[in-house]
Order: sequence, then C-alpha cells, then structure tokens
Amino acid sequence: MSPSVRLQEMIRVIRGARTQGEERGVIQRECAAIRAQFRQADNGTRSHNLAKLLYVHMLGYPAHFGQMECVRLIASPRYNEKRVGYLGAMMLLDEKQDASLLITNSIKNDLSHSSQYVQSLALCTLGCMGSAEMCRDLAPEIDRLLRASNSYIKKKAALCAVHIVRKVPELGELFTPASRSLLSEKNHGVLHGAVVLITELCERNPETLEQFRKAVPELVQIMKGLVMSGYSPEHNVAGISDPFLQVRILRLLRILGRNNETASDAVNDLLAQVATNTDSSKTAGSAVLYETVLTVMDIKSESGLRVLAVNILGRFLLNNDRNIRYISMTSLQKIVQTDHNAVQRHRGTIVDCLKDQDASVKRRALELSLALVSAVNIRSLMKELLLFLSSCPPELRAHTTSGIFNAAERYAPSQRWHIDTILHVLTTAGGDVRDETVPNLIQLITTATELHCYTVHKLYRALIADISVQSLVQVACWCIGEYGDLLLRGECEETEPVQVAEDDVLDALETVLQSHMSSPATRGFALTATMKLSTRITHNVDRIRSIVSIYGSCIDVELQQRAVEYNALFKKYDHMRAAVLERMPVIDKSSPGHTNGESAGGSIKEMEPTKRTQEVVLPQEPANQVCDLLDLLGGSGEPPQPSPALSTTALGPVSSTAGGDLLDLLGGLDVTPVPPSVIVYEKNGVTLKLQTDRQTDTGMTITLTATNSTDREITSLTLQAAVPKSVQLQMKAPSGDVIPAHGLGQVTQTVLLNNPNKVSLKMRVRVCYTSQDFVCQDTVQIDSFPSPAW
Amino acid sequence: MPIRQMHFLLLLSRQGKLRLQKWFTPVTEREKKKVTREMTLMVLARPPHSCNFLLWRDLKIVYKRYASLYFCCGLEDQDNELLTLEVLQRYVELLDKYFGNVCELDIIFNFEKAYFILDEFLVGGELLETSKTAVGIAMEEAETLQETMEEYMSKPTY
Repeated sequence: MSPSVRLQEMIRVIRGARTQGEERGVIQRECAAIRAQFRQADNGTRSHNLAKLLYVHMLGYPAHFGQMECVRLIASPRYNEKRVGYLGAMMLLDEKQDASLLITNSIKNDLSHSSQYVQSLALCTLGCMGSAEMCRDLAPEIDRLLRASNSYIKKKAALCAVHIVRKVPELGELFTPASRSLLSEKNHGVLHGAVVLITELCERNPETLEQFRKAVPELVQIMKGLVMSGYSPEHNVAGISDPFLQVRILRLLRILGRNNETASDAVNDLLAQVATNTDSSKTAGSAVLYETVLTVMDIKSESGLRVLAVNILGRFLLNNDRNIRYISMTSLQKIVQTDHNAVQRHRGTIVDCLKDQDASVKRRALELSLALVSAVNIRSLMKELLLFLSSCPPELRAHTTSGIFNAAERYAPSQRWHIDTILHVLTTAGGDVRDETVPNLIQLITTATELHCYTVHKLYRALIADISVQSLVQVACWCIGEYGDLLLRGECEETEPVQVAEDDVLDALETVLQSHMSSPATRGFALTATMKLSTRITHNVDRIRSIVSIYGSCIDVELQQRAVEYNALFKKYDHMRAAVLERMPVIDKSSPGHTNGESAGGSIKEMEPTKRTQEVVLPQEPANQVCDLLDLLGGSGEPPQPSPALSTTALGPVSSTAGGDLLDLLGGLDVTPVPPSVIVYEKNGVTLKLQTDRQTDTGMTITLTATNSTDREITSLTLQAAVPKSVQLQMKAPSGDVIPAHGLGQVTQTVLLNNPNKVSLKMRVRVCYTSQDFVCQDTVQIDSFPSPAW
Repeated sequence: MPIRQMHFLLLLSRQGKLRLQKWFTPVTEREKKKVTREMTLMVLARPPHSCNFLLWRDLKIVYKRYASLYFCCGLEDQDNELLTLEVLQRYVELLDKYFGNVCELDIIFNFEKAYFILDEFLVGGELLETSKTAVGIAMEEAETLQETMEEYMSKPTY
C-alpha cells in the first residue's frame, strides 16, 4: 500500500466534515495519533505523519509539536524523509524559532551529499529560511558550490547566496569572484541566478558596483543573443526568448548605468534595439518593454531614446489590457517631474482613464492628472477633475478634493473661478474635504473684496437648497453673517440677485441652528452669524435678541456660552456691539494667527470676536474649530496648542480699555499655564493624565493627556469613555493618535460632561494603543476628579 | 537598502481557503494569519476583468485567478508587476504539466507535490529556473529517487 493514501484518506475525511466542530474533532484525533506516532521508534511512516501534520497546519491549526520531528527527519538518511522534513522546516520553522538552529548541521552535511537532490533540498531550505547565524556558518560551503558543481546545483547555490547576502551583507565580498565567472555559463537558470546575485551585490556595495561595470559589454552580448536569437522552445514565452532573464539583465544594466556616462553609452544601442524589436502584443513582451523603459529613464540615455521610451508608455496607455494601462501610468508618474512636457502630450489619454471602471486604474489616472495640472490647462483639466469627483469611488474622494484644492490654489486663473471651484467641490463632496478647507475658503473670500456680493448670493442659494454638508454650511453662515447687508440690498453685478427679506435670512440661519444634521461647530457658526446680522439689519433685531436669549440655556455648553455672551453684548455692552461686530478686514494668510491678538494694541475695536474666530482655527482641532468670545475671555476646553498664549494676549487689550467689566462677567479668571492634573493610568510607559478645565454645578470639561516614556512611539491611540446613565458625554476629537517617544510629545483629548441631574460623577476610560507591535487595551475607573484650574 | 523580493505567495480558493502558502521573509504565525485574512478579503472582492495589481501597506499585490484558485503575490515596490504575472502563469503551467490538467483538488490532495514543484521554481522569492522543461525533469528524477527508496522500504524481508 502506498503510504500516501493514508495522507489522502485523512484529507478526504477532513473535507467530509460537515461543520467546523466536526472538522476540529477529526483533526484533534488525527493530531493525537500523529503525536503518538512521533514518540514511537522509527516505523517507516514518519514522513507521512509529518505530511499529515503539515496539511493540518495549512488549515490553520497549531502544529508546533511537529518542529522537532522536522529536525529528526532532516537528519534521516532516507531521501523521502529528508524531503518532507525540509518541507516541514520551511513551513513550521523560521529563523525566530530556536529549533531552526538544530538543522544547521544537517544542512551542512547535506550540502556535500553525493546526491544532487539532497544537496538541492539543503540549498533550497537555507535559501528560504536561513538565519544570519546559519548563513555565516555555511557561506563558505555555498561559495564552493558556486564554483565547482553542475548547473543544477550552481543555480540553487546562486540564489542561496542571494539570501545570504540579504541577511549578512558583509558576506557579499565572499561571493563576488565566483559570481563574475558565472556570467559565462550557458545554462539559463545559472545565468539568471548569477544576474540576480550580481544585482544584489552591486546594490549593497558601491565598490562591487564599480567592478561589475566592466561586465557591461558581456551583459549586452548576452542580452543581444536573447533578443535576436531564433525560437527556443524551452525558453520561449509568446515570442520572447526567456523574458525573465531579459528583464533581470535589463535591471542589472540599469543599476550599472546609473550615474555613469560610459556604462550608459554602452547600453544605448541595446536599449534601442530591444525597444524596437520586442513584440508587445502579449504580457511577456510588455514586461520586457516596461523594464526597458524603466532602464532608459533611469540611466543617462540620449534624448532620442528617452522620447522613444515615453512614446512606448504612451502606446501602453492605449492598450486594451488594463494592467498595461496601469503600469504605464505608474511609470509616467515617476517621470512626470523630469519629463513633464513629454508626459503632457499624453494628457488626453490619461484623463480618459479617469473614466475607467477599474478602481486601480482610476487611482493612477487621478494621481497623474493632478501632477499634470499647469497654468495652461487648469480650466479644462479642472472640468474633468470635477466631473470625476461627482462619480469617483468613496476611497478616492478625500484625495481628489485635496488635490483639486491644491491645484486651484496654485493655478487659479481668477478669484471668482477659484471660489466657484471650491464651492463646486463642497457641494459635490463637502463631506470629504479636509478641515482646514473652511478657514482657507473664508480667508479667500475675504481677500476677494469685489466678489463679496457674488459670493454671499451663491452661498445663500446653496444654503437654502441643502444644509447637510457641514463645511459648506459653515462657510455659508459665516458669509451671511459677514455680508448679510449685501444680500439684503437685492442687487448684484456678477449674478442674479435674490430678493430676500430679513426674515428669510434669519429663517435660513435658524434652520441650521435647529437642524439635527448640524454639527456643534456648525451651530456655533450659525449663532455667531445671527448675532452679526444684528448690526446689519434694521427691522428684526428683536428676533435676534430672542434667538440669542433662547440659546442661553442650550444644552450644548459651547453654544450656551456663546449665547450668554452675546446676550451680554445686547444688554450690558450694547454701546460696543456695533464696533465689535463690524465688518472684518481682509485676513492676511501669511500671518496664521499669532499676530492678530497682539496687533490689537489698546483698542477694543480690533478685538472682534469673529476675528478671534479665525486665529484659533487650527488644523489640529477639527471639532473645536470655531472658537469665539468664549476663548477670547479664556474660557474652557482650551485647544491644546498655541491658544493659551493667544488668549492671554487677547486678554490684555481688553483689560486695558473698557474691558475690566468683561472680565468680571466670567467671575475673574486666572489662566494658569499648568492646572493640576491627576494620573489616571500608567502602564507600559504610557501615562494618561486628567485635568479639569472647568466645573459647574451641572457639568465639567476635562482634558485627557497621554504621554509616552518608552523608546518607540505609540500608535493607534484611542480613548473611549463611559459615564453613568444620566450624564451626557461628548468627546472632542483627539489631537492625534501617535504619541512620540521619550516624552517628546503628547496627545490630548477634551471631554465635555453634562450632569443635569447632579449625580455623582464617575467615568470609565478605555485606553487602546499599539506599542512595539503589541496591541494593548486597558480600562480605568475614575471616581473622583481633580479640582478645576479656576 | 531596500530588499527587492517577493514577500509571499498564497493560493486561495474561491471560498477563501488557503491551499498553499510560501513566505519568503520571517513572519510570525499570527502575522501570517492576519496577512492571509486581509489578502483573502481584498482579492476575493475584486470584480472580474479588474486590473491585477493592488497596493496594500507598502507592498504591491499581484494576483491572478485561475479557475477556482487565486494566486496572490506580495512584492516590493521596485518589482516588475507584468513579469510577476508571467511568473504566476509559468507556475500554473508547471503544475498543469505535472498533474495533467491540474485542478484545485490536485493541489489539495497533493499539496506536498505542489510545494516541491514550487521549490524547483522559486527560491528565496527569486526565480530559480526559466526553462519550461527543467522543473518537470527535476521532479521526475527526484520522484524516481523517492520511489526507489520506498520500494526498498516496503520490500518484504524474506
């Protein structure tokens, strides 16, 4: 009976199992039997048992108890046992296992075995999983085999040497002489192995590279032989003679010719020959042409050759085969900077690829199109990109929008075009834009002074059509708040003016305020805009007053704060209202926020809350984007980065003029730079601190800060929190999810707690992070909170 | 210095079962399972007639479907994807020649043979033999050696 049947019988039984549980049962029984067999003395079935175990392993079951059996079988004198033993070693052992060292001696012996098939097993195994130590140990053996053996062994020894050099680069020197002489072999397998080895040696050692430059003529000859040779049945693939070898030689020539005139010159003719003689109707030929193109572009080739190469890529773009189109675009991407004009010629085809069904091709086409945008083609190309955006796959949307914005910023032919483009993107894909889009757009709008009327009209129309896209709504609210008077005037040069009454505008803003779709930040924008309108409209100021006072008891803490302060502006500080809410000057983009506070000097007029809004809108704080009067007066939930300094500066001018009273409004505040914090979690070098920023009867705002004292950075940090049922929890976006090592940085996250029933506040925080490739998860209970900063 | 090589070769069935796995870099069992899972999800979800190339982590994935099996390779960024398609094609041809009209069942019931053939074709992630016939010849001779041994082993002692 052929013992292999036993293996196949087991496979049949396993496959016959109808449920996962049944399969597990069968496998457990088999494994138990195999284990028992392993313990017995040699009975001629060892290799079959190991083979069974390997099958079970491939199904995903543990098989570590077979490791020692592999070692034993490898040491067996019988070929079939060695064969399975080595296979097992490659599957179950890797260099990280201690058991792998035990086979070193067997490998050593087998490398000098009389049968080449035994030698081959050893070489293959060493070349697949040899550890650095094993490689060091056995390298001289491999070198010997490289020189004196038959082709079958030489080719294996060559690849084994490649593995050794990858593991222990210094050993490269050992193999250099032997590899040089291998180039004169006729056997393709050996030649291929030699080329791979030489490539590896040259890439690691510049001196070796110098040496091998002398081999360029020889390589050129070999290549010519392959290209011009007649049909060879053994190596022919779709009309190409040994495309695998051709590609490897081309790659080696690329490395040798890089940055070297002489070598490049010697190769020019060959490359032209390959480019013209290779039939690219099938993949094999295209693969060779592709490698040729890569080589041409990488070495110092003649300009004519470069043009030829780009044209080949252009031809590839028109190929029916998607793979070839994809490859072409990848290569064009690499050369778009250096050979920009050449690639521009193919822009039309590239843009057509945006409409391809395949996601990979689309992605490539997008990248390349974005790289091809220039002042000359911006209008037409942007049309295509916007068209693409409306139907592009969701995973590409964010990238597309940011690409469009960058392109628009660099090459916008006019401000109106720029604004129109951004608005178009927001309407089509406003959910996928980066957070700094909103402040950037606002800044752009302020600079386009002649277009304020046009812009506010467009945005108003967009707002009444749809309030679901937060970024668009935020910009629209801001504009209406700022330029509402232009809207109400009912005349506009650039576009059809709307005929709206003050109530209509206030309705629109109130809809945003009340809608479930509006995020807290958006509602903040809407409230501020409503407030600003109080100085721009004439009849409905009372309505604004009532809106503002209603929101004074809003559950959202930030909105509440705003409303309370606006209320104060109506009541106690009505004399300042007009000045505070007047039109903002053009925001200077080059001073991103640190000047406005200071340049205020002693005048309260310049400290408009809306201006303050712009300063504190930093990319790091997506959810807390729009701060307001709140932060002006140093309120709670301070954004982590520059603002504490800003708020104190902004504070200065207030107090020096009429502002002393404003301070009292919030009961005298001390902005201490380091409020007391409590360590709530400390493990694996990760420390989580909690500090209370603000506490009222019915709620509090806390900040969680995470630091990392280990050597490596902590990644994928997430914090989750749970609170008692009646307490409302709102976690703001964290400042990041990577904590730099050695305590050089931190991650912060603000948490707002609203406790209307005044229950005893407790919180459970789950910390999740990846540290040195381990995923850690811990939960901590916080029963008491430190007293707030003020 | 970037190591340019194939990182792994996986054969996945249409139902997401692993039929062959070859790892050319040292990877923990856990990581292997993770990668296999992700490959299965990604590759099996591809619509027919898609491009055969994907980007995943920092590797290029080249895959090709042959009947009910997906052949899936993870490559370094520098590799020639078109050539890798040819490598996969060649491996399938070698299997076909050996088994005679190879199908998934052949690879299931004779997985060791599939591995032996692979080891005559790729070593350390690099192509070992470019000749169409050499691999087959080597397998035959190795088999003869094996049979001789087995014959000897199962010979009755009398």
